[in-house]
Amino acid sequence: MAPLPYVVARKRRETRDVWTLELEPVDEAIEQIRPGQFTMLYRFGVGEAPISSSGDPELGFRLVHTMREAGQVTRGLCAAKPGDLVGVRGPFGNAWPVDTARGKDVVFVAGGIGLPPLRGAVYDVLAHRNGFGRVVLLYGGRSPGELVFRSDVERWRSRLDVDVEVTVDTAGHDWRGNVGVVTKLIPRAPFDPANAVAFVVGPEIMMRFAAAALIERGLPQESLWISMERTMRCGVGLCGHCQLGPTLICRDGPVYRWDEMRPWLEVAAL
Amino acid sequence: MRTLDAVITDSPVFEGLTQEQLELIGGCASNVGFEAGERLFREGDRADAFFLVRHGLVSLEAYVPNRGPITVETIGPGEIVGWSWLVPPYMWHFTGRAVDDVRAVQFDGACLRRKCDDDPVLGYELLTRFALVLVDRLQATRLQLMDVYGDNVG
Repeated sequence: MAPLPYVVARKRRETRDVWTLELEPVDEAIEQIRPGQFTMLYRFGVGEAPISSSGDPELGFRLVHTMREAGQVTRGLCAAKPGDLVGVRGPFGNAWPVDTARGKDVVFVAGGIGLPPLRGAVYDVLAHRNGFGRVVLLYGGRSPGELVFRSDVERWRSRLDVDVEVTVDTAGHDWRGNVGVVTKLIPRAPFDPANAVAFVVGPEIMMRFAAAALIERGLPQESLWISMERTMRCGVGLCGHCQLGPTLICRDGPVYRWDEMRPWLEVAAL
Repeated sequence: MRTLDAVITDSPVFEGLTQEQLELIGGCASNVGFEAGERLFREGDRADAFFLVRHGLVSLEAYVPNRGPITVETIGPGEIVGWSWLVPPYMWHFTGRAVDDVRAVQFDGACLRRKCDDDPVLGYELLTRFALVLVDRLQATRLQLMDVYGDNVG
């Protein structure tokens, strides 16, 4: 499965080490990507990495990917300039089951660089706003300077039909918002747990604590979805690098219902 | 406008207490308001109060030399600010400041301690409830200490 060439159309710095790339096909495009899915992005001469889509599904064949400079490949991708070529394989994995939330309250919980994989689903819900109950976004970051998509978050926050709460782990005196872990926002968030669906993305430990807080609030386990991350190589379930228990995350995930994934998160060293 | 008694009765912290116990607690309570930036209490001062936040955000700050005041946590509507009134030496460990305009119920800690001494059942109930507040804060602090956002790659 050869990568298709895409050109970097736009590049935006989100934080000190997080960048968003907008990619357009040079010729042939991959299938339309859905929120929650990912592609394998290939920086020619360096290597390939799985990166979630962070784009608005309405953008069509333009791909939007947000990534942190974490390793050789992502550093290479983040260094790409407008006009540079990258390779794209995909889309891979499953999408957020946004339709299961129709008629219900929707709670998005994002931690750190967990907001980008949720961003497309937020756009999707807001594009069909009348089909949902209350829409809540709870977003936690390390510090004010490390919050991504600030303009999106500010725009969503200004809407009268979306409840947005942002918190950071640490802040100076000039920050006038919440300080503390994102899970602390869950008990007072305005949603009906008996009639809500939650989508959670962040570091695994954060997702475990967020899930515990949501379930304690009364959300049924079957209404809670998370997005998993493991080292991926092939993207199509052949190499086994992303195996977690009985599942291959690139093929069967990355989006899982909480009660299906929870037992495996409790196994050390998996 | 809700009465003070109604606010106390509806607070999850006091859920399950008898009417008589709620009245005892209410006897030590008063409505208070703070403007944005105003200090509720200061690190090192004697802690003879705690607060049930009704509206706004309260920050807990520590002063770090060469860095200035650092906010370690904020506490929002429905949450309790302060447990130092309950355990010796009854001293605030952080400074509490209103991030925005804050409305809260202030409880006189010394008054409540006296009532708890006279009524150990009430004392046990309050201690149990504040232990839950402390556990929640401890768990949140542990998660904060893990600095989990540092190496998560999207």
